[in-house]
Amino acid sequence: MKETINFKLNGKSTRLTVDGERMLLWVLRTDLDLTGTKFGCGISACGACTVLVDNEAVRSCQFPMKYVNGKEVITIEGLAKNGDLHPLQKAFREHDALQCGFCTPGMILTAYSLLLKNPNPSRDEIIDGMNDNLCRCGAHNRIIQAIETTSKK
Amino acid sequence: MIEDKYIGEEFIDIISSQPFNRREFMKKTGGAIIVLFTLGDISALEGMEPQRRGRPEDINAYFRIEATGRITCLVGKVELGQGAITALAQMAADELDVSMESIDMVMGDTDICPWDSGTWGSQTIRFTGPVLREAAAKTRAVLIEIAAEQLKVPIERLTAKNGVIFEESNSDNRITYSQLAKGKIIERRVKGKVDLKNVSEFNIMGKPFLRVDSHEKVTGKAKYAGDIRLPGMLYAKILRPPSHDAKLKSVDVSGVKNLEGVTLVQEDDLIAVLHNNPDNAEAALSKIKTQYDSPEAQFDDKTIHEHLLNSAESRRVVDEKGDIKNGEKLADISTEETYFDNYFAHATIETHTALANIEGDKATVWVSTQGPFVIKDQIAEAIGFPSEKVRVITPFVGGGFGGKSPGRQALEAAKLAKITGKPVQVAWTRAEEFFYDTYRPAAVIKIKSGTTKSGDITFFDYNVYYAGTRGAELFYEIPNYALVSLGGRSAHPFATGAWRAPGNSTNTFARECQIDIMASKAGIDPVEFRLKHIKDKRVRNALEAAADKFGWSPKKTPSGRGWGVAMGTDVGSYVAHIAEVEVDKNTGRVQVKRIVCAQEMGIVINPQGATIQIEGCINMGLGYALTEEMRYRGGEIFNTNFDTYEITRFSMTPKIETVIVDNKETSPQGGGEPAIICMGGVIANAVYDAIGARVFQLPITPERIKEAMKRG
Ligand code: FES
Ligand code: FES
Repeated sequence: MKETINFKLNGKSTRLTVDGERMLLWVLRTDLDLTGTKFGCGISACGACTVLVDNEAVRSCQFPMKYVNGKEVITIEGLAKNGDLHPLQKAFREHDALQCGFCTPGMILTAYSLLLKNPNPSRDEIIDGMNDNLCRCGAHNRIIQAIETTSKK
Repeated sequence: MIEDKYIGEEFIDIISSQPFNRREFMKKTGGAIIVLFTLGDISALEGMEPQRRGRPEDINAYFRIEATGRITCLVGKVELGQGAITALAQMAADELDVSMESIDMVMGDTDICPWDSGTWGSQTIRFTGPVLREAAAKTRAVLIEIAAEQLKVPIERLTAKNGVIFEESNSDNRITYSQLAKGKIIERRVKGKVDLKNVSEFNIMGKPFLRVDSHEKVTGKAKYAGDIRLPGMLYAKILRPPSHDAKLKSVDVSGVKNLEGVTLVQEDDLIAVLHNNPDNAEAALSKIKTQYDSPEAQFDDKTIHEHLLNSAESRRVVDEKGDIKNGEKLADISTEETYFDNYFAHATIETHTALANIEGDKATVWVSTQGPFVIKDQIAEAIGFPSEKVRVITPFVGGGFGGKSPGRQALEAAKLAKITGKPVQVAWTRAEEFFYDTYRPAAVIKIKSGTTKSGDITFFDYNVYYAGTRGAELFYEIPNYALVSLGGRSAHPFATGAWRAPGNSTNTFARECQIDIMASKAGIDPVEFRLKHIKDKRVRNALEAAADKFGWSPKKTPSGRGWGVAMGTDVGSYVAHIAEVEVDKNTGRVQVKRIVCAQEMGIVINPQGATIQIEGCINMGLGYALTEEMRYRGGEIFNTNFDTYEITRFSMTPKIETVIVDNKETSPQGGGEPAIICMGGVIANAVYDAIGARVFQLPITPERIKEAMKRG
């Protein structure tokens, strides 16, 4: 059933008429051409599709559009401000915390919401917070370092 | 450095029948120098059969020097995450004498990049490296030649540094590469010889560089095959069988016929639904009703090894030394063991994806692939196009590890684009990815070996079933030795293929466990025992560097410390790993606390990239060592997603320390795969050292550990 959904997307008011049951991931990638959000599993098991909804990391592959109404969505494309990378993005670059980069948007946004809740996480808390985000290339230790560096700033 | 005879008469201005698009690429910029090569122009390709095979005799450009100061570097390799994009740029920049920042890499585009065999086997630095370096050095020589004409100075008096060519005795008489290109298109063909830089002359090579593609990747701007959008494109979902041996008995597509916006394709065994939203296409697919016939499964994940042993019909002695019988007589302590390896999925986070667009007689296909030139020919065949009418473009690839060498999804997309007349994307679901993966093969290894009382190995009789012998070559000094490969036609229930260092992780696991068992029985520390049997300096250096970094102190096993060692060789490099683990005896759970890896890989182009490949291998390898386990019955695969197929998580990541062993005498060797090969062996050995129980099968799961403890 099509419904009109009003929300803020990367700082801009957005209005869409879509089937409210469709998942945010596909609407972002297909209708809105924001392809930085990735598909990895479709069952909330990998974290590649993570975006922020009201600053909370959610798995967009299982997040229906109808729940987006009235919310604020931030995707990886919306993290840098006026061309200035977010400190997490900078730290990921400085630590080479990525290889193929396919898990990276989801990693950065999961870390973003983790640091909002807990600005000074211990290593174990970082591992805990990131544990359901998968990386096949094995960038784990560098991702942890990048998050540690950001939290210390 | 540049031989005199090379300059002058050897440049040929080009008059050739280039394929149209290549010419187009070269012409489209305002002001550029393009240096052209044919096959014979690159001496580094001599004797490099795999690199030459299939390479067309046409004219290629590796570089385009723009009037803007940018330099485009074209290579047929692709960027999978392994960092070739950075290391290749380093080699190009160094030999061209320009800064890293001025290089733009264009990779894996079959219309404009030089032919390439495929990005696998850790070959980029080893084999493409010398070719690219030579092309860069020759391009630099061409630039000097053009500068000589413009500055009216003989070539011998000119030199190039940081993108500027100047007279050695009068550096004010100078011209930049970009000035040379200004306002004109110069195409020059090169021949002759140039010397490549010695290690001591490296400015950019050999220094650690961060990834050059990270800005795009942290901002979401990096494009992968699934991110390409074309007007009017459709997303396809294809009907898949429930099992590899299932036959379609009946199909009822009436449920999708009247769905809004859905296109149904039914041609031979290709049944697909297409929609302008991928999720709607997927929903439509579920409305197709099917019945399949499946034969009774003959074996499953529990009985596979028995099946493999029974199926082996050929036996090949690959290597032999001395006399096994004699060695058996000399042995005081004998060890006979059987090791088992399972199927492992590549499980890249990006699934196989392609977008095909056919316009007139030309097909363009964006593919997540490791072999763009191979896939191009396969696509051409699949849709009945001549190969030169197919262009494969490889955007960033979200991981490969061997799994993206096959490109079935590209053929599917191309066929569907041809049938529907629209651009078509095929992006596999996770279930399709598991179903069509070309798994690392299950295997069995039987080893019989023996030592004297004082711990000298007298014989080593090695028999490997279905894993091949990569990595099985012996670097230990053993007088009586046999390496036998058994197998034959595939006995696997589904496709198998190359999985990061194919066969080597299996062989290294078995050999390194066996060596450890012998050391333990002889009452000798496992590092000492290994060193006692190693003469080769490169191998020794790797092991000693690892032991040193770890702070190893000798003790016979099991020491209760949970320390383990394993070593091996792959793609010309040597690695030694030492692990420290903790084993919970009640649950059988293993936590790897720390891993040290020393890698001897010859001259290193990018120490940063090499280090990250080692770390990546260690992290990825933890999965096959500890948690990844395929479940199946016959051709039916039960793992359809990451909820049941457990790859490495953050909580499994140990402290990782790496050493790259210095060796400036050996040319650069492979770095993408070696450090994964020891992961099974090093953890099995550390677990044994911790609890005195040994697991002979990968992965080393809590159940297997508890079983091993019961066996005692
Ligand atoms: S795609 Fe959403 S969690 Fe994997
Ligand atoms: S960087 Fe490739 S999956 Fe994480």
